[in-house]
Amino acid sequence: MTVAEMVEQLGLQVRAGTGRLDRPVTGGHVGDLLSSVMAKSAQGQVWVTIQSHPNIVAVAALLELAVIIVVEGVEPEPATLARAQEQGVTVLTTTMGAFETVGKLYQLGVH
Amino acid sequence: MTPPAIVARARQVGLDLIAIADHNSAGNVGAVKAAARGSGLEVLAGMEVETREGVHVLCLFDESGPLGALEQQVHAHLPLRENDPALFGPQPLLDEQGQVVGECTRLLLTAADLSLSQVCRAAADLGGLAIPSHVDRKGYGLLGVLGMLPADLELAALEISPRLTAQAACRQYPSLRGKVLLGGSDAHRLEQMGQPHTLFRLQAPTVGELRLALRGEQGRGCLGLEGGTA
Repeated sequence: MTVAEMVEQLGLQVRAGTGRLDRPVTGGHVGDLLSSVMAKSAQGQVWVTIQSHPNIVAVAALLELAVIIVVEGVEPEPATLARAQEQGVTVLTTTMGAFETVGKLYQLGVH
Repeated sequence: MTPPAIVARARQVGLDLIAIADHNSAGNVGAVKAAARGSGLEVLAGMEVETREGVHVLCLFDESGPLGALEQQVHAHLPLRENDPALFGPQPLLDEQGQVVGECTRLLLTAADLSLSQVCRAAADLGGLAIPSHVDRKGYGLLGVLGMLPADLELAALEISPRLTAQAACRQYPSLRGKVLLGGSDAHRLEQMGQPHTLFRLQAPTVGELRLALRGEQGRGCLGLEGGTA
């Protein structure tokens, strides 16, 4: 499925990187320890995290992740959103927790 | 680790300057400073803050006043939870003789709802130094938690953990090359005190002097990390 379809199906908010909602999502990763995410995630994945620091944009860009979902109602820092918009990294938010978000993604066939 | 024992041990292992940097708390700094009076040991007023991201930062000041102001900000952003001594151990407040004079009942073993940038700025605004702790550690270390050094954060120095020499740290983490690295024992027990330590050339044992030393200005300098089991 594409990022746009995922946004629609899960009712997520698009906060930055509106230009690439057509990107396909080919898997997923959950994690808040960025060194671990850098080691374990893969291109095209949706990354579920509660981290709001601008470094999440660098990690997503580096690993060519499809999209970041910042969960639990956490508000991404303004610098994070600015950098994401600049670099074409899509950042979504939701009030759902990580567990629920990942569960729903898995049910939608993201894996 | 009572204040008199800390002072005695520090002198025994040849330290001239230490910082007390308890986790999210400044409660025992005054007692150690008082216990050190006349001993030849100088004590900086410090606190290790856990940021929202889960990064530990050493915040160092000359005096308890400005440290107290930072502590207030940190405590205002800690979740309202009581410590459970059975699970996490007691949090006693001691006097300069080492007698228990109180207890800190709030849970300190958690993150303050303040970003790394906010903590560094708050420390700087109060005249202190903010140095990310044990950056090489996966748990609570800046590089472990945030994956890389943040682009827009000006840092006077970075602390590496006792498990690495400065050379080894730069080999493992190329982004540390050219950065000012320092280290200490991070002692949680008296026997751990003294190794490793960092040598400085200072005119006085103050944060202002450390700042100059970390920049290598006006004849002051950071002369490197020594000791440790790395």
